[in-house]
Amino acid sequence: MSNESKVKIALVVNDEPAEVAFAPHKTLLEVLREDLSLTGTKHGCELGECGTCTVLLDGTPVLSCLVLGLACAGRRVRTVEAMAQAGKLHPLQETFADLGAAQCGYCTPAFLLAAEALLSANPNPTRGEIKEALAGNLCRCTGYLKIYEAVELAAERMHARA
Amino acid sequence: MPEHRVIGKALRKVDAVAKVTGATKFADDLAFPRMLYCKLLRSTEPHARIISIETTAAASFDGVQAVLTGRDLPIPFGILPVSQDEHALCVDKVRFIGDPVAAVAATSEETATAALDLIKVVYEPLQSIASAEEAVAHPEPRIHDYGDGGNLHKLVDLEFGDADAGIAEGDIVREDLFFFEGSTHLPMEQHAAVAMWSPDGKLTLWTSTQTPHYVHRAVAKVLELAPARVRVIATPNGGGFGGKSDPFNHEIAVAKLAMLTGRPVKITLTREEVFYCHRGRHPTLMWVKTGVKRDGSITGMHFRSLLDGGAYGSYGVASTYYTGALQTVTYHVPRYHFQGARAFTNKAPCGPKRGHGTPQPRFALEVHLDKIAEQLGIDPAELRLKTLVPPNSLTANYLRVGSMGLGTCIAKVVEGSDWKRKFRKLPEGHGVGLACSSYISGAGLPIYWNNMPHSGVQLKCDRSGGVTVFCGSTEIGQGSDSILAYIVAEVLGIDPFDVAVVTADTDLTPVDLGSYSSRVTLMSGNAALQAAERARQILALHAGRKLEVPSERLTFADGRVFDSRDSKRGMAFAEAVQWAEAAEGTIGTVGSYTPPQSAGKYRGAGVGPSPAYSYSACVAEVDVDPETGIVRVPTIWIAHDVGRSINSASVIGQVEGSIYMGLGEALMEEMTYRGDLKVVHKIPSLLEYKSPTTLEMCDVVTYLVEDPDPNGPFGAKEVGQGPLLPVMPAVANAVYDAVRVRIDEVPITPEKVLKALKRKQKGELARYGPDSFPEIPWPEPVRVPTPWEGGDGKAVARVHA
Repeated sequence: MSNESKVKIALVVNDEPAEVAFAPHKTLLEVLREDLSLTGTKHGCELGECGTCTVLLDGTPVLSCLVLGLACAGRRVRTVEAMAQAGKLHPLQETFADLGAAQCGYCTPAFLLAAEALLSANPNPTRGEIKEALAGNLCRCTGYLKIYEAVELAAERMHARA
Repeated sequence: MPEHRVIGKALRKVDAVAKVTGATKFADDLAFPRMLYCKLLRSTEPHARIISIETTAAASFDGVQAVLTGRDLPIPFGILPVSQDEHALCVDKVRFIGDPVAAVAATSEETATAALDLIKVVYEPLQSIASAEEAVAHPEPRIHDYGDGGNLHKLVDLEFGDADAGIAEGDIVREDLFFFEGSTHLPMEQHAAVAMWSPDGKLTLWTSTQTPHYVHRAVAKVLELAPARVRVIATPNGGGFGGKSDPFNHEIAVAKLAMLTGRPVKITLTREEVFYCHRGRHPTLMWVKTGVKRDGSITGMHFRSLLDGGAYGSYGVASTYYTGALQTVTYHVPRYHFQGARAFTNKAPCGPKRGHGTPQPRFALEVHLDKIAEQLGIDPAELRLKTLVPPNSLTANYLRVGSMGLGTCIAKVVEGSDWKRKFRKLPEGHGVGLACSSYISGAGLPIYWNNMPHSGVQLKCDRSGGVTVFCGSTEIGQGSDSILAYIVAEVLGIDPFDVAVVTADTDLTPVDLGSYSSRVTLMSGNAALQAAERARQILALHAGRKLEVPSERLTFADGRVFDSRDSKRGMAFAEAVQWAEAAEGTIGTVGSYTPPQSAGKYRGAGVGPSPAYSYSACVAEVDVDPETGIVRVPTIWIAHDVGRSINSASVIGQVEGSIYMGLGEALMEEMTYRGDLKVVHKIPSLLEYKSPTTLEMCDVVTYLVEDPDPNGPFGAKEVGQGPLLPVMPAVANAVYDAVRVRIDEVPITPEKVLKALKRKQKGELARYGPDSFPEIPWPEPVRVPTPWEGGDGKAVARVHA
């Protein structure tokens, strides 16, 4: 198995074209972490149960542990590493940091990306819509409440800025 | 009260930016050139003798670099000196499904996994034990050959005054039985570790542990290495909750494999394996009998607990004592008898989960009091207010209570929840319930006996104006790194983000015992406070000379050192460091903290004492659907006496996280087992082990009660665990208020509610819960006269007839 020949694909990772070679059985999660050294994407089960490995694939949240790397040829992948631009945090990152929405921080990249996808589809979500959008992501530290507040505050700030 | 610039403010945590950018390196994020991957072969038998292990085929498999079995690691270990009952890999016996028997290191994880299939283990099955009751009934075959007889690991019997006589003085005497199902921590991060061996004889281990100091000791012991040649670095934990507080077999296995291969070796447990590591809440059966006067005052209490410990000792001896220790720190119990037993069973080992041994008895006690209040016709909030332990007092079991804000906490939640208009007055199906709790701010005694500090800090002042704090404490998401920065910044008058924090590295940082027992803010905080005050004294001396101002008149604030009578007369903090450095050389100080001596001197007095106790009161509102039995919790009101917030946002975050975890335990979380023998974990996965999602989480209204405790840094007490404790009984009491059935067991699942409702309809006892407590061969009690009987904290000598 260790001698299995690699496949090579081209895709866009965090707005930059990338070519990556990997064993064909690898998941997007493994390709990101092991072959592209993007360890900001975490894992909690590798079975599609916890949402911790959420990334955006063509703008839509996916569980990267359930997506084969091979399936991402020609597609756009966005990870937490791309959220801060030019040394400045994304508004969601600002509010997560300021309100204490990240405690251990392990599930945080996934929540940030799921929230980003929500806000781009629905810039002014209600509390209920936030809960619905984040229901696939588990967090064991915060009880989610600070996460809701951070999403709401970021939405408010992004709205004011737009 | 002096004005604080940092303390109490809702500041960002020092690691917040790293966490929101994905920059934080957790253990599995580490990778090194030529790194090997380790997998463990785990037992498929619940209880069996190992007849043989054949590893030749695995060892010669392409890509495999080393294979280990128990013979390679014969030295036992365990977190407590009295329970050194684990091996990195089982030597001659396996004790639960999931017990590791062999380890493989290979060039890829896939290769290591494939090689496991080539290892052949021959087992001779032994009768398995599935529950504590079974363990009591079946002393043979013994799971371990030590303990208090048969399959009983530990028996405790402590009596403070004549409890039976006390109970008899009550106007009413009530007995109740409760069961608390086991649950697990479920940190989002799976445990991971990387070991590296250097040819100069030095081992480095990065691991997601809450207790690098204890891992350091265990690794050095088992691998027979000089401790000075072992470096343990705790990586930031992706959640711990007590589940990463033991030294683990996988940590020792990768260390040994790194030594054998000379290459870095990594292991990351699968989610299934995390369930086997466990060390979670002990399933606990409890019986309590209390005598109470008509006015609600308690005359005596007798409490029994039976803990299902699983396959190993872990923290279990301490857990057993903890099921009896803290009943006395909330309400005045003048005479108290505690009997606790821990059994070995063939299931994943139990240990410390958030609240360690105290959520189970707290559930029992608070529901028991709810029933007593109803029997007496007293409002349960009033009943509790009448029986509160006074501040600055000694309990029957010699725990020293300092600041005590429970009365204020009760008043806050009673008012906030509109309790008086809701209790027993809401329409059928809706109810409110109240419960209280207390928790330790760190244990008074270390795990292994010694007279050294529990926490140490070194502090370096740089001529740039930057300050670095070195401390062994471990960041597990609770904010311990930030606490160090805030306290040092407050004392030195600088920006906390000018403080660099180096933690949890046994080569670089002074020992802190670890992130457990809610000890870190109080203990490492006090150590940091002392180091910072010493540094301020040195800087003030030299700044004062230069400014020609008496040093005691200097203020440290806003990055400056200045005359408190003339703020223009001053200098930048960095300049003060430079003057001091020019005069004295490099500026560094140390601080350390050792808890006060405990008052109890009897055997068993080591568990329970703490420098300070936090207090919480909680009201839960529930909706119960009588058709489905589903309990929904829209809102929880919680008041927590934290002494003083070091960071109010972090404190509220800990409270909300505790409520969340308590809600999970109240309604759904259970570590249950299936199969004919009831020893196979019931689907160890995040999907099937139910925990609250955003859709189940309730609203939380938090009130912080700040009554500074003289033993806490700036008066701070714990917050990470205490607020979890009252949630389960508050929900159970609210369910009773809603539908008048008693669920004397957690989790309160729809099935149990429906069964109790059915019994109610049939006119039977409207209750779901255990109905008996087994006969246990209790030892002769340790008898300790109470303080009000003139006791001195010592046990009376045993009289032999």
